[in-house]
Amino acid sequence: MSEGVALVTGASGGIGAAVAETISAQGRPVAVHYRSDRDGADAVVARIEASGGEAAAFHADISDPEAIDGLVAGVEDRLGPVLVLVNNAGRRADGLAPQLDDDQWDRVIETNLNAAFRLTRRTLKPMLRARFGRIVNVASIVGPRANAGQANYAASKAGLIGMTRTIAVEVARRGVTVNAVAPGFVETGLTADLPEDAFAGEIPLRRAGTAEEIAACVGFLASDAASYVTGTTLTADGGLSA
Amino acid sequence: MPVKADPQSAEKVIVEGLAEVGADPSEITREATFEALDVDSLDLVEIAQIVEDEFGIELVGDDVQGLKTVGDVIDLVVRKAA
Repeated sequence: MSEGVALVTGASGGIGAAVAETISAQGRPVAVHYRSDRDGADAVVARIEASGGEAAAFHADISDPEAIDGLVAGVEDRLGPVLVLVNNAGRRADGLAPQLDDDQWDRVIETNLNAAFRLTRRTLKPMLRARFGRIVNVASIVGPRANAGQANYAASKAGLIGMTRTIAVEVARRGVTVNAVAPGFVETGLTADLPEDAFAGEIPLRRAGTAEEIAACVGFLASDAASYVTGTTLTADGGLSA
Repeated sequence: MPVKADPQSAEKVIVEGLAEVGADPSEITREATFEALDVDSLDLVEIAQIVEDEFGIELVGDDVQGLKTVGDVIDLVVRKAA
């Protein structure tokens, strides 16, 4: 397998935790980033180590532009160069547009889009020199599709998909691929307050997805096997947007 | 540790960087254009990374737009080091 470490943001639970474990199972050391849930991140590291993998937890508030370099430098010092980046960290602050305040708008865009860009910019440098890299952005079907009450979230995720395509064509000739995964309704902490019953009837598979099902998609795009896939968005939504 | 860039050290690092990304060393002069050297925009990103590692100078944003010749980059590095 290729060299390098995977950095997974927002990996203390949900999709990020499943992604960290999936990539670790491919034989790659994993940096488990978290913002607030240290116990969750430590548990992910412990599970990876128990299965014979290498991982460490790293704290950072990535919505702070100043924190980005410190996070990546910390991973480089402890585990090695980051040649796989999974921009998974995301947040919601829902409300109908007339009632979304600037703070709700900004904090969703900062974490979901701006932090993903800054981490991409920072980690592309070693990837370009290594002539290898994998960037996977966890987007959403909200963005391409409408979901009332999520104008900020939709803007951030649609932005992520546009950024994915554009950077993919910029760096392809150096062996660096950039892709996105667009989950539909997935049972995680981020969706715990949403009633599954309200969605399940519309989903052709008649159920929500699991974090592991999304992680399988991310894991493929992050793997050496996905070497001819770039600039695309893999939708994993149980057929909702089919 | 990054060292301070002067015209001689900047030229040395950039010329070596250009050779590393595949430019023909015999064609590298101050007046040579990147187009003539077959150095593309991603090659320049790599040279910027080499300059950053060597001198601690970031070549980003509007400053790097419109760079056409080897001399343009050397001058930019020296200017930013001042």
